[in-house]
Amino acid sequence: MLIETRNLTKQFGGLTAVKDVDFEIEKGKINAIIGPNGAGKSTFFNLVSGSYIPTSGQVIYRGKDITKLPPNKIAELGVARTFQTTNLFEQATVLDNVIVGHRLRTKYNLLDAVLRTKRYKKEEKKCKDKAMEVLDFVGLTNITDQLAGNITQEEKKRVAFALALATDPEVVFLDEPAAGINSGETEGLAELMKKMVKRGITVCLIEHKMQMIMKLADKIMVLNYGEKIAEGSSEEIMNNQDVIEAYLGGDASA
Amino acid sequence: MDILTQQLFNGLTIGSVYSLVALGLTLVYGILHIPNFAHGALYMLGAYVTLTSMLLWNFNYWLAIAISIVVVGLLGVLMERLVFNPLKNAPPIHDKIAAIGILLFLEALAQLVWGADYRTMSTPYGEVVNVFGTTLTMQRVLINVGAIVVMILLYLFLKKTFMGSTIIAMAQNRKGAHLVGINTNKVAMLTFLISGGLAAIAASLSAPINLVFPGMGHLVILKAFVIIILGGMGSVPGAILGGYILGFTESLGATYISNDYKDVIAFVLLIIILSFKPKGLFSKEGF
Amino acid sequence: MPAMTKKSIALIALIIGAMVIPFIIQNEYWLHILTLSFIWSIAVYGLNILAGYTGYLSLAHAGFFAIGAYALGLLTVKVGLNYWVALILACIITSGIGFLIGLIALRTREHFFAIYTLCVGYVIYLVIDKWDSLTGGVRGLIGIPAPSNIGPISFQSATSQYYLILFFLLATVLVMYRIVHSLTGRTFIAIRNSEELAQTIGISTMKNKLTVFVLSTFFAGLAGALYASFIRFIGPDIGYTAIIFDLLTYLLVGGIGTLAGPVVGTILIVSVSQSLQFLQDYRMLIFGPMLTLIIIFYPRGIVGMVSEWKMKWFNKKKKTPAEKWKSTYSDSKDVREDKVKEG
Repeated sequence: MLIETRNLTKQFGGLTAVKDVDFEIEKGKINAIIGPNGAGKSTFFNLVSGSYIPTSGQVIYRGKDITKLPPNKIAELGVARTFQTTNLFEQATVLDNVIVGHRLRTKYNLLDAVLRTKRYKKEEKKCKDKAMEVLDFVGLTNITDQLAGNITQEEKKRVAFALALATDPEVVFLDEPAAGINSGETEGLAELMKKMVKRGITVCLIEHKMQMIMKLADKIMVLNYGEKIAEGSSEEIMNNQDVIEAYLGGDASA
Repeated sequence: MDILTQQLFNGLTIGSVYSLVALGLTLVYGILHIPNFAHGALYMLGAYVTLTSMLLWNFNYWLAIAISIVVVGLLGVLMERLVFNPLKNAPPIHDKIAAIGILLFLEALAQLVWGADYRTMSTPYGEVVNVFGTTLTMQRVLINVGAIVVMILLYLFLKKTFMGSTIIAMAQNRKGAHLVGINTNKVAMLTFLISGGLAAIAASLSAPINLVFPGMGHLVILKAFVIIILGGMGSVPGAILGGYILGFTESLGATYISNDYKDVIAFVLLIIILSFKPKGLFSKEGF
Repeated sequence: MPAMTKKSIALIALIIGAMVIPFIIQNEYWLHILTLSFIWSIAVYGLNILAGYTGYLSLAHAGFFAIGAYALGLLTVKVGLNYWVALILACIITSGIGFLIGLIALRTREHFFAIYTLCVGYVIYLVIDKWDSLTGGVRGLIGIPAPSNIGPISFQSATSQYYLILFFLLATVLVMYRIVHSLTGRTFIAIRNSEELAQTIGISTMKNKLTVFVLSTFFAGLAGALYASFIRFIGPDIGYTAIIFDLLTYLLVGGIGTLAGPVVGTILIVSVSQSLQFLQDYRMLIFGPMLTLIIIFYPRGIVGMVSEWKMKWFNKKKKTPAEKWKSTYSDSKDVREDKVKEG
């Protein structure tokens, strides 16, 4: 396994958003987290990627405790993520948007930039090459010079993927990648995720589109009211009584 | 002992004025999340309108204040309509710059209309009274009583009336308020009206013990910002409490530390607070 | 690339233009105004890299300008240092103080940052105003020397001062250009865009924000120091909040977050307000609403407006032949259909 959470808990004031979650993200697979709205999926992502610090519990990445590391350090270790809303810089080109994703693998500083040193030139080229490589990977080589504000919603999703991939990650967390796009485009993104796994990149995603998840994911965790209620393959999940209840609103007893 | 009571009363008076100004600022922040840098200009105009009504038309002090409340309140509404509403979805840096633009304009306007000189406002309540062995001017007593009455009225309005409760609802959750059918535009305008009115009251009450000039709002608005950061941006009780805390700190600081640097106290306080709590004393975020 | 050369030709023409201005403008007063607006431009560039590219609106920059000016003034007048040593020290002192303030200020965001820096600026002003024994208080500091000779070059005349300041301005623009067109600049823009996203792609936001804050105070300090030796007299009012509002107006009118914006806005506004001298006290009657209107309708100022027009014009030009073809094609098709109907 690549990432492991132990008793991960996050409270906001009196509200427990994530409660005692143990989850193992397996290397080289597509892992998925599903659950009704407000189940704590996004909070879980934020805890693993370092945006939130958990109230208690641990996040272990390749045997190393990363619970209290800031997001940028976690990214350096090889954990990348996307957000539900794609925040691109719309007045810049697609290439310029992606290029900055490789900045964390460079060492040059302000002075190098001002004096245009050898190191600066070498590393700028490295970043540009990387950006072209990942844009090719996500299938956007034809629009690298367009302004990010002028591309379609689906292309924006792909740019966000490319940006995450430009950081040279081991694992990518995707927050509802298929939100706001049609089913044909969803297919395309699913293919892309499979391609990422083939490249040796572990994928972990949150998704509402159940069909997509059931077809795609190797391993699924179900959250409800911040707690893990089930975990396993898609068949196991589909036949799980608790999951059916949670989704069909059978929580009248609570 | 005598000096101490005197200074405590002074602190109470300054605090009353600060609280009223901060209240207007915090209401607007709570509703629209705009730090309204132009609020100081509203305060300044409040004093000028009262002064002019009294001098030019020989209006009675109270009538002049009422006119001032209406004029400045409407000016606030105008600001909301013409400037802040169009900028609703703009990046946050834009609101601030727009507010600064308004501030600069209103100050220059005041200077054009009323000139740059310092003016004094006379009051029908200049007599000295003796309370518990301390001598006070009636105007200072009036500031304190006036401020408290206004605060109680505001409290009743916010808690007991439907209109008031829409303001509170919107401050708590803008989207939610919109969903349950509250006209957010109307509430925003109403909030600016109240905010401007409060500034006018604060300025008109305090003008007789201070001076009236185009730059009179500068320090007051900066301190009001300190107060609402101290009391929690958007919090009504916080603004009142914060105002009195700053008032007392300043009047005691001026006596026992240094009169030269008494204006720095607020800023040093703010710098210390934000150094330890970057999101203000009562940030609600769960970090 | 022909577009590239066109741009660099225009740039070279502009620089040559700036070089020959002293020969064209014989009026020393206007040369003085132009030099002054170059100095302000340097400070505005400092503000721009922070507010425009990184998204942090600092209202303390008049204070840093004043620190630069007073550092140079005190080091030359009271300590008697050589001008150039004092100039370098003034920049270092300003950015050092900038570093310390940035360390705390940058923990805050958005409104809190603006209010915090506004208060910091006010405290700097008050300290300069009240610390009589050091700064001379309201009386100000007089007798600041002009830049001392470098070898045979002297900086006593208005023309030589003009060239000196022009040199500093061009150097500033070059530095800004190189930063903005590097990954460092893109990193700043990424922070402005979304700090959360920037962090998750491995950018240390605090380190980068601090770098840009110090850089921005460095230029504010440089501008202040140059101002002190150009005007030869400084008072506490150069640190007053009114100055930051002036700088903001220059930046907004020219174009916040654009490379040419600061110099365009500053020269334009400074020269216009000089021509309208009688307006001096009431200039905010015009500039205030202008600031507000620009931020509502043209948030990227004159430079943004021009580039928008250029892009529209360019697109139109590119589209026209194809559209013409398309319209003639459809026209003929219509005609044909009509004929069919008639037939």
